[in-house]
Amino acid sequence: MRIFDPHIHMTSRTTDDYVRMAAAGVRAVVEPAFWIGQPRTNPGSFADYFDALVGWEPYRASQFGVRHHATIALNPKEANDPRCTAVLDLVPRYLLKENVVAVGEIGYDAITPAEDAAFTAQLAMAVDAGLPVLVHTPHREKDRGLRRSLDVVAESGIDEGLVVIDHLNEVTVRAVRDTGCWAGFSIYPQTKMSPDRMVALLREYGTERVLVNSAADWGTSDPLLTRRTAEAMLAAGFSAEDVDTVFWRNPVTFYGQSGKLDLTVEPAPAATFAGSSIARGGS
Amino acid sequence: MTPDEWLPAAQAGIRQDPTAAARLLAEAPRRLGRASAAARVTLLTALAELPDGPAHVAGVYWTGDSGERLAVLAALPSVPQAVAVPLLEDALRSNDARLVAAALGPAATALDQGTWRQGVLKCVFLGIPLAGVHDLDRRADPELIAMLGGLAAERDAAGRALPADAAALLTETRQ
Ligand SMILES: [Zn+2]
Repeated sequence: MRIFDPHIHMTSRTTDDYVRMAAAGVRAVVEPAFWIGQPRTNPGSFADYFDALVGWEPYRASQFGVRHHATIALNPKEANDPRCTAVLDLVPRYLLKENVVAVGEIGYDAITPAEDAAFTAQLAMAVDAGLPVLVHTPHREKDRGLRRSLDVVAESGIDEGLVVIDHLNEVTVRAVRDTGCWAGFSIYPQTKMSPDRMVALLREYGTERVLVNSAADWGTSDPLLTRRTAEAMLAAGFSAEDVDTVFWRNPVTFYGQSGKLDLTVEPAPAATFAGSSIARGGS
Repeated sequence: MTPDEWLPAAQAGIRQDPTAAARLLAEAPRRLGRASAAARVTLLTALAELPDGPAHVAGVYWTGDSGERLAVLAALPSVPQAVAVPLLEDALRSNDARLVAAALGPAATALDQGTWRQGVLKCVFLGIPLAGVHDLDRRADPELIAMLGGLAAERDAAGRALPADAAALLTETRQ
């Protein structure tokens, strides 16, 4: 089984996770830029974070045979801090980078005017760069945030096929299905979507234009829930072909629209010469 | 534009406006695929020869991803040492074996001996083949050999061996 996790924050995970993910069939990931728990207070903090997403993290992933791509954006939560507004000036140059396959996560957190401004500006950047977009839907007031997101996406003029609306559930999926946008689902250990509920949704809505991710990060989450959901699909009578559509072909199709998806894995020198563990520099 | 046409056009673009280099270098993989690594070095070498070119080369490094930084490190022999040294030192501080190895290529002649020795020792830690270290035989001095000897003793105590190339360097120079 080959798995492409289209939304996972590997920066927050350990090398043990990479080992377990690779053993479970995860061969490719996309890491969206997002909040890191501690609010950042200046653009320099974001530049270093973005540099890690286009530098260190893909290198680290490659040592475990996992292909790593990123999405770059100022996230909605931190868009509310005026000290971080200048991050928007940094985003376009990162969108040119080789492993950046989308703009994201953008969207709403508390649905404020500052979030509106960042969302609209970054949709325009995606159109300019010819990249797909990853839209985060808020945890609170999800329905209102979703409807407003769909309106802003429509106003931006971006091709809906380039947009995934993420963190959907049984209530919010229908509105997205009525558009040309992709539907994203994050499978969590306790709250939100579970593997079995995901399988029920796949039965109802089919496997087209659907992305299923673990959204694993620094909070309670599990990077193997992609695999668990794939197993639940098989147990429920879906074919291996259906599983491959959801967990490989769909993310390849969606992020492939960037023209930058590269799924060949080159072993890093350290992996070749010093075994499979991340080598620690002496200095 | 075909890939064959892209490189000369990018070269002309950079000659006309050196500030266009950052965008063109970032775009190279999308235009050229695997051939982009060599093309980037060609573009950076041409950029280095322009007035203010070396500063632009350094700018590409500081705003670059790993691929762009590797290309800059390969092009560094074309820029003055004062510009090259901070970039080499940054690459040696990283934990990316590709960057560390690239910093010890031909441009490493700009590094002072102390920094260079630490770089070679880091190669041994990271398992980077010493064959790629520029001028190793001439530049290896008693202090480097003493450092390698200390590392060999620590490894020995832990029941581990030095990489074969480092062990060979130690034996050869001790004789
Ligand atoms: Zn996320």
